[in-house]
Amino acid sequence: MLRYTIRRLLQLLIVVGVLSLLLFAWLRSLPGGPVSALLGERATPETRAQLTEELGLNDPIFVQYLKFVGRALSGDFGVSTGVQPGDPAIEVFLQRLPATLELSILAIIIAIAIGIPLGYVAARRRGGVLDNMSVISSLIGVAVPIFFLAFLLKQVLAVDLGWFPTAGRQEGGIDATRVTGFFVLDGILTQEWDAAWDAFVHLILPAIALATIPFSVVFRITRASVLDVVDEDYVRTAESKGLTTPVIRRRHVLRNAMLPVVTTIGLQTGALLAGAVLTETVFAFPGIGQALAIGFTRRDYPVLLLLILCSAGVFVLINLLVDLSYALIDPRIRTRGGGH
Amino acid sequence: MALLEVRDLSVVFKRKGEEPFAAVDGVSFDVEPGQTVGLVGESGCGKSVTSLAIMGLLAKRGVEVSGSAKFDGTELLTLSNRQMRDRRGQELSMVFQDPLSSLNPVISIGLQVTEVLERHRGLSRKEASVQAAELLDKVGIPDPKRRLTEYPHQLSGGMRQRALIAIALACRPRLLIADEPTTALDVTIQAQILALLAELVKDTETALIMITHDLGVVAGLCDEVNVLYGGRVVERAGRHDLFRVPRHPYTHGLLASIPRLDAPRGERLSPIRGSVADNIPWTTGCAFAPRCPNAIDTCVEVTPAMEADPVVAGERLLRCHNPVEPADRVEQEILT
Amino acid sequence: MSTRTDKIDALAEQTARSDSAGVSVAAAAWRRLRRNPVFLFGAAIVVAFVVLALLSPWLAQHDPTERMLGDQVSRARDQIPPPQEGHPLGGDQVGRDLLSRLLIGSQQTLMVGVLATLIGFTCGLVLGTLAGAIGGWVDTVVMRAVDVMLSIPGLLLAVSIGALFASPTQFTVILAVAMVQVPIFARLLRGSMLAQRHSDHVLAARALGVKQRAIVFRHMLPNSLGPVIVQSTLVLAISIIDAAALSFLGLGNPDDRIPEWGAMLGQAQSDIDSHPHLAYWPAACIIVVALGFTLMGESLREALDPKSRR
Repeated sequence: MLRYTIRRLLQLLIVVGVLSLLLFAWLRSLPGGPVSALLGERATPETRAQLTEELGLNDPIFVQYLKFVGRALSGDFGVSTGVQPGDPAIEVFLQRLPATLELSILAIIIAIAIGIPLGYVAARRRGGVLDNMSVISSLIGVAVPIFFLAFLLKQVLAVDLGWFPTAGRQEGGIDATRVTGFFVLDGILTQEWDAAWDAFVHLILPAIALATIPFSVVFRITRASVLDVVDEDYVRTAESKGLTTPVIRRRHVLRNAMLPVVTTIGLQTGALLAGAVLTETVFAFPGIGQALAIGFTRRDYPVLLLLILCSAGVFVLINLLVDLSYALIDPRIRTRGGGH
Repeated sequence: MALLEVRDLSVVFKRKGEEPFAAVDGVSFDVEPGQTVGLVGESGCGKSVTSLAIMGLLAKRGVEVSGSAKFDGTELLTLSNRQMRDRRGQELSMVFQDPLSSLNPVISIGLQVTEVLERHRGLSRKEASVQAAELLDKVGIPDPKRRLTEYPHQLSGGMRQRALIAIALACRPRLLIADEPTTALDVTIQAQILALLAELVKDTETALIMITHDLGVVAGLCDEVNVLYGGRVVERAGRHDLFRVPRHPYTHGLLASIPRLDAPRGERLSPIRGSVADNIPWTTGCAFAPRCPNAIDTCVEVTPAMEADPVVAGERLLRCHNPVEPADRVEQEILT
Repeated sequence: MSTRTDKIDALAEQTARSDSAGVSVAAAAWRRLRRNPVFLFGAAIVVAFVVLALLSPWLAQHDPTERMLGDQVSRARDQIPPPQEGHPLGGDQVGRDLLSRLLIGSQQTLMVGVLATLIGFTCGLVLGTLAGAIGGWVDTVVMRAVDVMLSIPGLLLAVSIGALFASPTQFTVILAVAMVQVPIFARLLRGSMLAQRHSDHVLAARALGVKQRAIVFRHMLPNSLGPVIVQSTLVLAISIIDAAALSFLGLGNPDDRIPEWGAMLGQAQSDIDSHPHLAYWPAACIIVVALGFTLMGESLREALDPKSRR
């Protein structure tokens, strides 16, 4: 188990390493490149050449890369040129990370809290009205462009009905104390309940928009998995023992049915950032996703490099955690190799 | 009074857009306390469905069960789910064909044994695991304490089946149904498992319904044998009678298709032609008629009834217009 | 003898025939699909969409690129042409007939979906076949590359690739959207090939001395096609949606003369507060078409799944 974990962590390092090299090369080959990004397109050739030399862009690419890695290891990823001009990229990242984490956690909680029970019930009543309705709505959920859904939610529930705020993380008028950067958590820690509530209300609509795709996937995987498991021989064995329904459901059906669902949740959590790019943009929510969207339009390369690298690292890390938790629920993996 | 009285049991599968299909079509038989009864037939003859119907394990939707199955005087088919749950695992239990898929892969063998004790005996987890270890020991699993903490994939096929037998016998049921318990196992293990079953039912005076397609299993184990074809019992006899003088052409065919070491060189095996998949219902004539070498005109016109054998003495029943003459058959001694 | 025994013989013959008549997987799947209302509904949408795309030049009343209602557009007063005689949906931001643009837009949208899927599939096929059929270090290298690609969330990868091009065109958008699907197709094909490498029919072919290449192309690939077709129908929908998202982020094709639904939806965002209907129409079109492909793909998946055949 330990050796497996170490091997997987090494794999993670390799993936992040390779990706950083690719991203670095990608960054260098982007139209304009860092010089134009810093000076604008209309700079004179002389100043361009000077800056190119200063930035070390005349060195061979791998020398540049090694220098970049050296700086990166000490936390220097360069200075933001577009998202928050002048701020170090790492600061942009750290400031915005809690916002996106808050949003993602709420979204994945919504997806799980609705997806798993609904998937279970739909499977047990296969072909019924509830089953058909929820399958169709989950498919519609996948078919709607997420930024359009976000816009609709904002237009109807926030603009027209006024039930929710339209944008941002918190009302400007609220004077909240900052502790962790997680606004809801901060409000709870400092017992500024109105601040916590306000931050939470700001999360709801973007979280719902962000949750649609993970919800659809978790729902359908749960449903399919339960349908598979209830037909398994061991469930019939459990029935033949005369066990009570709750025991059969919990111990024999759900425990086995959850195996593929856990993987799915991991994959969906890792992929949330893609949806966050769109959702945060619609709700002007100052998180990583919005920074990415702005970064792309304003070609803020240091910020983009750092954010994409981090999101990939997080994605791989989540998958590692998923695989480890998989081993906890599936003894076939846990005892592999160490058998008798 | 018999422990289990099955009367005119029918199971009809009704699927949307398909013709209703009677998998079991009026099966009747008795099981006395401590007796071992065989249900024999090819796959698809309705033997497994019969056992699932008795256990109340058939799906509720799309399945229609009729007739009667009285266990110790109580009608099982009309019991509520809850009442049936109280009896399953306690009074009557079941061992299935494939031991690997019949055990839950993600919980320990120990829990799978103890949960049935906790459920029906009201034991605590601790008491139950002491008993579970004894049970595993009794079914011949070495080092039972360690095995309790292990998972199905860590056991061999034979050990898994032993564990399933331990689970089924945990609460000392009065009736055990074994549905092809040896089919998924290696030949060498099959004999061990059969010997174990025979020994256990004898020791605990458990009645056993042995469901199999393998006449060898029947020969070694059963007191009485019911041969099923197309959802009906076609012949019933004590095992010695059945093997010595098979009367129904189907039984005869089953026995004749077993390779024999003492057969003369060059003699061909005589398989039954066709397969049970070409099921025709019993409504017009005998369902076996299309495959039967003895078929006469009556066979396709009149459905044969289950009647006492007119020629051979003894307690045996037969469903056939033109049975195999006792003299047709050379004495066979595969019993001993 | 008599007619009775003839009847028995006939029955027995029928028996023998039904024994030998094996029903292929595809035929069985098709039989289930034909009765599945979900599949039929999805297929109807898809067929209608394709027919619309093919016939749109004749259906559209106006030239989708001509600013025929340009005089009714006022940037200053935030006005665009309202629905009127001959223009049931009115005009767009610069005064082109909206209905005609939607109709003609189906063509480009179909092209985005089909091309992106084809490119993604072809590249994935090459990678997956290499990895699955050869194995060894080729497999390791390809799969690590696939892992790296998969470690970036789909849309983010598309956006990163899209950003590589200084001046995006329709084709660079398609390319960006397609690249996201490459690792997915590659993994799918490799997995299915690996499973088959040890299957009985491949082992049998190998034992008979069939050449490696023939085994891959005649035995392994055709058997991997089921899941690939399922994936393709789903990818068609995803590509159309992703292309819209790229456009929404300002990384789409800036040349808006030839209409495409995703681009129309993306470009409508700038005026969405005052003229939301400019977004509603292309959005509705995308949702219906994406739903059609998704319904078709999901019911195909279910029909081809051996577990659901009971």
